[in-house]
Amino acid sequence: MSVNDLFKQELKVVNLGLKSFYSDLKSQGVTTVQVNWKPKAGGKKNMLSLLSKINKVKQS
Amino acid sequence: MIDIIEKANKEALEIIQNGQPTLIGLGVAGEVIPGMAKDLFLHAGPPITWEKMSGPLKGGVMAGLMYEGLASTPEEAAEYAASGKLRFEPCHHHDAVGPMAGIVTPRMPVWILENTAYGNRAYCTLNEGLGKVLRMGAYGPEVIKHLQWMESVLYPVLKETIEIHGPIDLKTMIAQAVQMGDEAHNRNKAATSLLIREIAPSILKTSFSNEDKISVLEFLNSNDHTFLNLSMPAAKATLEPVGKVKYSTIVYTMARNGTEFGIRVGGLGNRWFTAPAEIIDGLFFPGFTKEDANPDVGDSCITETLGIGGFSMATAPAIVQFVGGTPKDAVRYTTSMYEITTEESKAYKLPPLNFRGSPTGIDIRKVIETQVLPIINTGIAHKDPGVGQVGAGIVRPPMACFEQALEAFVNLLEDKGLLED
Repeated sequence: MSVNDLFKQELKVVNLGLKSFYSDLKSQGVTTVQVNWKPKAGGKKNMLSLLSKINKVKQS
Repeated sequence: MIDIIEKANKEALEIIQNGQPTLIGLGVAGEVIPGMAKDLFLHAGPPITWEKMSGPLKGGVMAGLMYEGLASTPEEAAEYAASGKLRFEPCHHHDAVGPMAGIVTPRMPVWILENTAYGNRAYCTLNEGLGKVLRMGAYGPEVIKHLQWMESVLYPVLKETIEIHGPIDLKTMIAQAVQMGDEAHNRNKAATSLLIREIAPSILKTSFSNEDKISVLEFLNSNDHTFLNLSMPAAKATLEPVGKVKYSTIVYTMARNGTEFGIRVGGLGNRWFTAPAEIIDGLFFPGFTKEDANPDVGDSCITETLGIGGFSMATAPAIVQFVGGTPKDAVRYTTSMYEITTEESKAYKLPPLNFRGSPTGIDIRKVIETQVLPIINTGIAHKDPGVGQVGAGIVRPPMACFEQALEAFVNLLEDKGLLED
């Protein structure tokens, strides 16, 4: 299916990220769900660094 | 080949899945709890001094001192507590757990549980009922009188009852209760009923007067939280051996003292990771508001640590009338907990989720990665000593506890040379 064909039928949207996109679509009557998603470790650099280190733990 | 953390966590989950918490009897705290002493009171949560204790803990200590006969007025009790004559240590350092303030004094009767799969024991006081009670920080004459009745009537009758009945498999009883609408933290109606059904014939066989037997049965029946003081030590007995599993990232303790929230992690042994306890979002009894609420308090979130309590709210839709929210919220709370846990319980199955096992084995790595915090449902105590319970609600631990634990874990691995370059 081409992208143009997609827009000729009823849209059902899964939104990931900014909730305002979900809210705008919903207010226009579009069927939409908001994915409860956060960036890994909330994007905190120190926690991402710790997770990266712990993933390098040695094999038993 | 698996890494050393995966290997350790596999062992930790085997311990949790295979645990066999069993009620084996009752005793007096000062005689049966390891390390208990005449000058020692136990309390909920991580270590804390008298000066830093919140209202409910101070109120519970004051009630305990009057119950022990070491003070005759609240003023005398507060003076005694501040004098340095009394030591304070966490229940968790003595194989015990206590709901809300969690105060355990040497004279108090306790349930004795054994994890028969691993041989460790756990202890918990008998539940006092709702309202003006020591565990909520109340210390009026009615509180002390009720504790004295528990010591002189409830305890001896129940002690002889369990001697007559023999050990009771609490794992099976909790497993049945979570299929009957309990989540075994703030809803224990089914489990309390199952317990009474199990022990009633043995109560009748004891040597006590009919009057005493009737008063015990009436009290147990009037208090839906009777079983809370068994589900908590059952969870404690199940989880405690995880504290000895080196390099496990599984949480084996979550507890609050009303000032701080603390967690302990398998591979980090007895070390606590603490941060200020949160204010609870909940429903308040008539006449009380959020302004009256003390921050989160109690060892009862040991149930959530095991994967029951708030983690199993999907199976207990009626609880939302007590802690707030809707049955849909209850399902959402449970399903979100699978994001931060390692396995599904083989024992505690949840009918509304097609008998899926409860989310089990909180992994600090998953909490940090997903930023999803454990969900806890809990009672709310008044912030001032002497008042008691003012409501119930939903709360989560501070993220800082998990962040500190992850940092300590990485430091441990670095120190041991266990990280690849």
